[in-house]
Amino acid sequence: MTNSIEVKDLTLNFGAVSVLKNMNLNVAEGEFVVLLGPSGCGKSTLLNCLAGLLEITDGQIFIKGKNVTWAEPSARGIGMVFQSYALYPQMTVRGNLSFGLKNARVPRDQIEAKVARAAEILQIGPLLHRKPAALSGGQRQRVAIGRALVRDVDVFLFDEPLSNLDAKLRSELRVEIKRLHAKLGNTMVYVTHDQIEALTLADRIAVMRGGIIQQLAAPQEIYNRPANLFVAGFIGSPSMNFLHGATVDGGQAFRLGDLHLSLAGYEGGMIGTRDKVILGLRPEHLVVQDQAEPGVTIPAVVELDEPMGADSLVWLQAAGTQMSVRVPVERRMAPGTPVHLRVDMAKASLFDAATEARV
Amino acid sequence: MADATLNTPARSITEARGTKPKRALSGRNIMIYGTLIVFSLYYLLPLWVMVMTSLKGMPEIRMGNIFAPPVEITFEPWVKAWSQACTGLNCDGLSRGFWNSVQILIPSVILSIVVASVNGYALTFWKFKGSDIFFTILIFGAFIPYQVMLYPIVILLREMGLYGSLWGLVLVHTIFGMPILTLLFRNYFSTIPEELFKAARVDGAGFWAIYAKILMPMSLPIFVVAIILQVTGIWNDFLFGVVYTRPDLYPMTVQLNNIVNSVQGVKEYNVNMAATLLTGLVPLFIYFVSGKLFVRGIAAGAVKG
Repeated sequence: MTNSIEVKDLTLNFGAVSVLKNMNLNVAEGEFVVLLGPSGCGKSTLLNCLAGLLEITDGQIFIKGKNVTWAEPSARGIGMVFQSYALYPQMTVRGNLSFGLKNARVPRDQIEAKVARAAEILQIGPLLHRKPAALSGGQRQRVAIGRALVRDVDVFLFDEPLSNLDAKLRSELRVEIKRLHAKLGNTMVYVTHDQIEALTLADRIAVMRGGIIQQLAAPQEIYNRPANLFVAGFIGSPSMNFLHGATVDGGQAFRLGDLHLSLAGYEGGMIGTRDKVILGLRPEHLVVQDQAEPGVTIPAVVELDEPMGADSLVWLQAAGTQMSVRVPVERRMAPGTPVHLRVDMAKASLFDAATEARV
Repeated sequence: MADATLNTPARSITEARGTKPKRALSGRNIMIYGTLIVFSLYYLLPLWVMVMTSLKGMPEIRMGNIFAPPVEITFEPWVKAWSQACTGLNCDGLSRGFWNSVQILIPSVILSIVVASVNGYALTFWKFKGSDIFFTILIFGAFIPYQVMLYPIVILLREMGLYGSLWGLVLVHTIFGMPILTLLFRNYFSTIPEELFKAARVDGAGFWAIYAKILMPMSLPIFVVAIILQVTGIWNDFLFGVVYTRPDLYPMTVQLNNIVNSVQGVKEYNVNMAATLLTGLVPLFIYFVSGKLFVRGIAAGAVKG
């Protein structure tokens, strides 16, 4: 597979502040990559670098094999969709869509055809004569996508395009973007801080923190096998449960006080005996049961439960910390009930407490 | 219980109707309107005297009752002020000064606003190394007294071969308008979301295309503010006009001064008043025409700085 975007040793400094550090990223042709991370992690900055809106300090950027490190944004074959839509307020929808084509001196009849095609794909045909002020948020964002669409670009860049929309519209447009990607097959790079958007849309997710990509992998891989403690804690809601303990018996078991869990079935590298490790267990991967099974279950006491419609979240005290477990909604549990949590080691994550990396 | 809740609102409405009359002549209102009327009279009185005097003949003026309206209205002083009044040098009235002022005003206003708006645009969206220092120095220019620069500019204009010409004066007005106008435009442009600018760049618009096609159409109010500031400022300028031009190119303000201050024979108060009013008409007209836009533009620029 050819690379659509290739970022080599990208470094960006604002004065003395290093925003992106020696970054390498390859995006395959037609791939949907989501840049995910908390605010200030550099994800939008990276997108702006790809778009050519920020001058980078060091490194190289290739798009479709062409070195575009110093190319103008319009010469990179990219289209960009912004969080605030950034529609030109004094132009009609048609004017907004055709502005880029006019700048590129595309013949008038071709502009007409391209605008019509984009309007059809995005179902904004009846709005073409309107000004942005007369559009709803969802319609505006569709026009903003259309502006990238008409220019027949190789790569779509999305900068938190759904953050300004309400929850219902957001999930609708999310599906629409996914459908659009399936239909057009363009390479897309999508910045968001919303992990649901990331997990649903992405072929691969790049989880970022402090200007460094922490893990770049398929959503399931990120979810099931987080590369480090940060990724593990960032992905998943509610957050992964963490137990601070040690591995004993040459890596055969996990130990925390009286608690003794067998590590048989854990998918990972050489565990070995370590003094300080963190065992990560997702709320979805724990099963509540009444009987204790030595080496497999954790004794716990129910604190409270939160029914959430589809299922129910139970908060418990276990192994000296607070843990959460997802259970079927029919299963109501009274506070103070003693239960046992069954651990599926195949789905657990083990981190070295010092390096925070997955073992 | 149910009774009480049903009845209370109805009763309170009737009570409110009875006890809260609208008193137009409350002590508060009398104070406010009284003060406003006194101050407006204070400011209108000189204008009244000027208009009345300009419509009187000299014999009536000599009777000394300056507040009285004219017994016999005459427009003779206005005609004389416009086309016949004498300075020490010529006797073709204010008209010569008026056309000189127009010739100075139009290029100065256009040039200064074009340059300053592009300055503000570049300083907001195309920041370059040292652009903030450049801006600070420019703003600092607004605080240097004109007198300090008068003579150096004479030398500069002389070296450029522009001294005494209208274009020299246009250049001076453009330069002196730069700090405040650049500040005005920069502050306005910085309220425009940067994403709009980025979108235009992705769409392939360059420096000038973004300025002309995206920003200018969004910035009408601030252009109106700039036009008003420049028109009134340049029209009312006396100092630069008298220093940097020749007598036959004097702007209207200088011509007015020469008419009013020329001492030969009788002082014609009515002609002087008419001449002064004529000179003030242009800024007055601009304010009346664009007052609403002016307020809107000032407010828009003031929100974010």
